[in-house]
Amino acid sequence: MEKFQLENIELWYDDFKVLHGINMDIVANEIIAFIGPSGCGKSTLLKCLNRLNDLVEGCKITGKFLLDGEDIYANQDVNLLRKRVGMVFQKPNPFPASIYDNIAFGPRTHGITSRLKLDNIVEKALRDAAIWDETKDRLKKSALSLSGGQQQRLCIARALAVEPEVLLMDEPSSALDPVSTAKIEELMAELKKKYTVVIATHNMQQATRISDKTAFFLLGELIEYGTTEQVFSMPKDQRCEDYITGRFG
Amino acid sequence: MRENIITDIRRAALLPRRTDAFVRRFLRTIEDAVLCAAPWLAAFFTFGVLLFLVGYILVNGIPYLQLSLFALKYNTKNASLLPALITTVFMVALSLFIAVPPGLFTAIYLVEYATRGNRLVQLVRMTTETLAGIPSIVYGLFGALFFVSWLGWGYSLLAGAFTLSIMILPLIIRTAEESLNSVPDTYREGAFGLGAGRVRTVFRVVLPAAAPGILAGVILAVGRIVGETAALIYTAGTVAQVPRTPLASGRTLAVHMYALSGEGLYTGQAYATAVVLLIVVIGINTLSAALVKRIEKG
Repeated sequence: MEKFQLENIELWYDDFKVLHGINMDIVANEIIAFIGPSGCGKSTLLKCLNRLNDLVEGCKITGKFLLDGEDIYANQDVNLLRKRVGMVFQKPNPFPASIYDNIAFGPRTHGITSRLKLDNIVEKALRDAAIWDETKDRLKKSALSLSGGQQQRLCIARALAVEPEVLLMDEPSSALDPVSTAKIEELMAELKKKYTVVIATHNMQQATRISDKTAFFLLGELIEYGTTEQVFSMPKDQRCEDYITGRFG
Repeated sequence: MRENIITDIRRAALLPRRTDAFVRRFLRTIEDAVLCAAPWLAAFFTFGVLLFLVGYILVNGIPYLQLSLFALKYNTKNASLLPALITTVFMVALSLFIAVPPGLFTAIYLVEYATRGNRLVQLVRMTTETLAGIPSIVYGLFGALFFVSWLGWGYSLLAGAFTLSIMILPLIIRTAEESLNSVPDTYREGAFGLGAGRVRTVFRVVLPAAAPGILAGVILAVGRIVGETAALIYTAGTVAQVPRTPLASGRTLAVHMYALSGEGLYTGQAYATAVVLLIVVIGINTLSAALVKRIEKG
């Protein structure tokens, strides 16, 4: 079933056109990898899916983003949308507060105040993000005392705590060491069961390891989109082949 | 160029050509020594001046630190500074109460709400910069004309506090603006990404993260209030008793000092007041440093 349907997306930052007529469907409970060289628009497109580009001044978007058939840019509550479509960023960005408060921030935002409920949500989110064992004894400690890899998993837990339907990940492991990266990749395979995951990545091995579908972008255009196996073993487009074989990018 | 200098030095010292290397090494040693000594000397000089100043005040003031200086009522016999100390506390509290909320909210508006290239923002920036450069006596004159005469508050705590508020407002806006700006955008993105609105993001995530910097600005403002005389003499007056109402006149420690040393009868007591003022300022700084540390720890 299609979770997201993108119809003829075009995007400008002031006068600079970043995305050129993108059409694609994103199926529920799959991992979709966005690949392509820097500046190809993959992060920009990702940030359209939860309307985080609204914060960028001079950003103009045309086309339709349908989430479960509804246009997310037409009269939708942005905050509700962002609850449904969570995001993990390139650099771990825990708030300078305790581990507990970091996770509880989202649920509290959406009106949960009961201590008992929050305790349960925090534990569940930390378990789902496979970081419970490392943090259960120091929930009151500052989140900034964690290592980079732990911080990123904490951010994943924070995103999961609001029970999103889609999880966007913007190069979530580019700032991490291989061990932490492996942990996050393992985690994503688990997450797929419950969530739809869209990940932008520079790391093509990562795309082949974890994703079901791969989309290749170049200069703001969607060049190739198909199952990861097909895209990486027999790409239809020459530019895509050049990129994945390492001839440029 | 350098080689020429080396040759010149060798020739002047009547040394043979083969000693070039020696001269070069000698020059470098001197250069290193000078470059190494300069920062030390500068630091020592700065510290020395401060030490001399504090020492001078202590030596002159401590002998006059008697119990009679801390009598609740001032009279010409005891030259008590306690009323001035209490007035100072009132003045600081009242000024901050008036200036911090608008200053902080202005900064929040400038950083979090205003769009880029907004005319109002440029206007506010220009105004704060201009206000920051005005000598305090001008504020005093304005306060005297506006609050004291025109509004008819007379020489009063309130008139003084309002005058000081206008004076410290630019400082508070600028420091708060800077500390809000230094909060990484990734925090804001993180909060927005979880579905938090602008207000919640600002008050629950950005403001706590900026709190130490904002507090540092407030401490600077306290320093200016405590040290101010010119703006107060014509607005709060120089009555040396504890003011009973906000509309009563009162003198802060700095004004008290100015009055005592101006009268020339109690120069020793003026120094003693300086000692107390010094202790107050050091106390505030220590306290705020501890506070900032606690906030930063979370």
